[in-house]
Amino acid sequence: MSQDIGYVRTEMALPQPAPLRERGPLAWMRKNLFANPFDSALTIVGLVIVAMILPPLFNWAIVNAQWTGTDRTFCATVAQGGIQPDGWSGACWAFVKAKFGQFMFGRYPLDERWRVILVAIMFVALLVPLLIPRVPRKGLNAVLFFLVLPVVSYFLLIGGVFGLPHVETPLWGGLLVTLTLSFVGIVVSLPVGILLALGRRSKMPVVKMLCVIFIETVRGVPLITVLFMASVMLPLFLPAGVSFDKFLRALIGVSLFASAYMAEVVRGGLQAIPKGQYEGADSLGLSYWQKMGLIVLPQALKLVIPGIVNTFIGMFKDTSLVYIISMFDLLGVVRQNFSDAAWASPQTPASGLVFAALVFWIFCFGMSRYSIFMERRLDTGHKR
Amino acid sequence: MATQDIPQDVGGGRASLFYDPKVRGIFFQILVVVALVAFVYWIIGNTVENLKRANIASGFAFLNGRAGFDVSDTLIAFDSDSTYRRALLVGFINTLVVAAAGIVTASILGFLIGIGRLSHNWLIRKICTVYVELFRNIPPLLVIFFWYFGVLSVLPLPKESIELPFGSFLNSRGFYFPKMVWGEGSMLVPVALLLGIAMSWFVARRAKQRQMATGATFPVFWTSVALIIGLPFLALVATGFPLSFDFPQKSTFNLTGGLQIKPEFLSLYLALSFYTAAFIAEIVRAGIRGVSSGQSEASAALGLRSAQALRLVVVPQALRIVIPPLTSQFLNLTKNSSLAIAIGYPDLVAVGGTVLNQTGQAIEIVVIWMVVYLGLSLITSAFMNWFNAKMALVER
Repeated sequence: MSQDIGYVRTEMALPQPAPLRERGPLAWMRKNLFANPFDSALTIVGLVIVAMILPPLFNWAIVNAQWTGTDRTFCATVAQGGIQPDGWSGACWAFVKAKFGQFMFGRYPLDERWRVILVAIMFVALLVPLLIPRVPRKGLNAVLFFLVLPVVSYFLLIGGVFGLPHVETPLWGGLLVTLTLSFVGIVVSLPVGILLALGRRSKMPVVKMLCVIFIETVRGVPLITVLFMASVMLPLFLPAGVSFDKFLRALIGVSLFASAYMAEVVRGGLQAIPKGQYEGADSLGLSYWQKMGLIVLPQALKLVIPGIVNTFIGMFKDTSLVYIISMFDLLGVVRQNFSDAAWASPQTPASGLVFAALVFWIFCFGMSRYSIFMERRLDTGHKR
Repeated sequence: MATQDIPQDVGGGRASLFYDPKVRGIFFQILVVVALVAFVYWIIGNTVENLKRANIASGFAFLNGRAGFDVSDTLIAFDSDSTYRRALLVGFINTLVVAAAGIVTASILGFLIGIGRLSHNWLIRKICTVYVELFRNIPPLLVIFFWYFGVLSVLPLPKESIELPFGSFLNSRGFYFPKMVWGEGSMLVPVALLLGIAMSWFVARRAKQRQMATGATFPVFWTSVALIIGLPFLALVATGFPLSFDFPQKSTFNLTGGLQIKPEFLSLYLALSFYTAAFIAEIVRAGIRGVSSGQSEASAALGLRSAQALRLVVVPQALRIVIPPLTSQFLNLTKNSSLAIAIGYPDLVAVGGTVLNQTGQAIEIVVIWMVVYLGLSLITSAFMNWFNAKMALVER
């Protein structure tokens, strides 16, 4: 009987708060910033670095920035022939605003830009459901995205049919070129890379050797030489009279380059699949392509998703190199506009480059975050 | 038990050749070779015809022609009367210089930031994370442009140079610093330096032998420092300081004297270092995290101090994980140095591009590029493979 016992607690005691030393912002600071003298010194160094970078950056980008304006005078000091006081230093967002259309479309004719915007809307409308795992009908979506969209976009962007005026590729530019190059590069490089990786692990010596030579040569040289090769040597290889569009040549160069890197990533995945899987498939009587397509590749590709996305990110960044064979992607257009006499001022280059950096950063960071998300989702917990 | 009739191969003989994997393999390979040969034959035919029509003689004879252009940044004597061969050599040396300088700086920076990302200090950790996420996600060309157009070209004119310590200056034409002028008898200094290095190597060997035999340690590090720095210093004193400095002087429009580093080199070097450092930091972080915490706990249990544990236990194991990806980052940096062409630093690709425009020898130039970069890649990977083998786990 509980009444007989001298003392029985009928309700739980309230938990005591942690000692004052262990909680609150001060304790957090002691633990994370000033744990020992060396740590304190590091914190002070870190604070100095932050103080040196953040306030000037904030002042430059927001406080002193020139948001509106029609020409260079708004972004130059009096001594430089402008309206700003001497010693002024701030971002020239007016320049970015004025050139925004060019940064996005290049010299694509103004009246035809709705075609690019339409393609962009279709691209987003098909890409977003493809990326969200919960949305059903992935197969149809993928077919639309990877097969139908490129064909429709091709006719929309180039024109020349259905009464649409023809727009030559030299007029293309800006983000349009960056995204087209990367999209085509991604769509081409994955299957070609898989084929190359399979070829490299093939038992047929000739096929294996050819794949090794191709992969190692392309990986051993800079993308610029591959682009130069595509732009200078490709015309030499073709019979007289046949000529390639310059844009197409850059596409070929970028895709070949990305394929070689993709092949190495996929090979890593293929090597990580235990031999028993191959043998199991063989013993079931599957043909080579059934074995690869149904058993090995689904597992191997899942393993190397981070590597594949890293290759995509690398390719997205590398498209900026087409500037060197005088095509104007986003970075190229920004660079080209530095020399625009109407806007040339000491602040213009930095402003344009910061804008371009922001655009590139958003795309690349988004891709890397998505790959982390996908990796977690597909993780079946078989890791040892 | 139910029986089942298993259909027998009534033909009795071997299966059709069509289904023999070996035969199929050989057939398929022959097909590939034939297709490839036909394709190459077609390309060569087209190329020969195209070249004939454009009146371009193939072959490397053009290398002996007069270049007729100037190169802004040369380490070996070069003027417009020199040959194309020499121009390409100048470009090659420039590529090597910027790659080597970039690799050293990027490694140091990358190691610091990688360790910083694992620091217990919240602020340092965050700063390093921001750095890595920022530079990993923008194109290297943009970083180069940023340094060149955004930072270095808006520096003041030489007249209003920014003065830095040790008599150096920074302005829109580059970085100027004092030149060391060696006087008479200064040959003794490098000799002393070599002697110091040789002696410290010898000391290190003897110390290791002694530790193996008796267990007694010897302060190898400090002895080596004393030998390598002390001996050349002694040599300097003995010869009566034959060293003087040629300081850059401000004149009306320009700086004279001293040594100048051009903004093109500076921006390429800074951009490559900053960009690659972000990747190296991630590799270093992964390497250190890859060493299980049991290792550092065990070394603490053995009584090693934390610095010793790091040097003798953790770092050697981390290096094993770090070296292969580090190699590919070094190669990437070397290949990215070809972006020099975008800002006019005369590296191999930039000079080659000029030569290509002047002579039209596209195939030869592209072949030279490929051979050089492939060669550099192979040499670097061979060296790193050797190093990797030396560091690798010695299995029983």
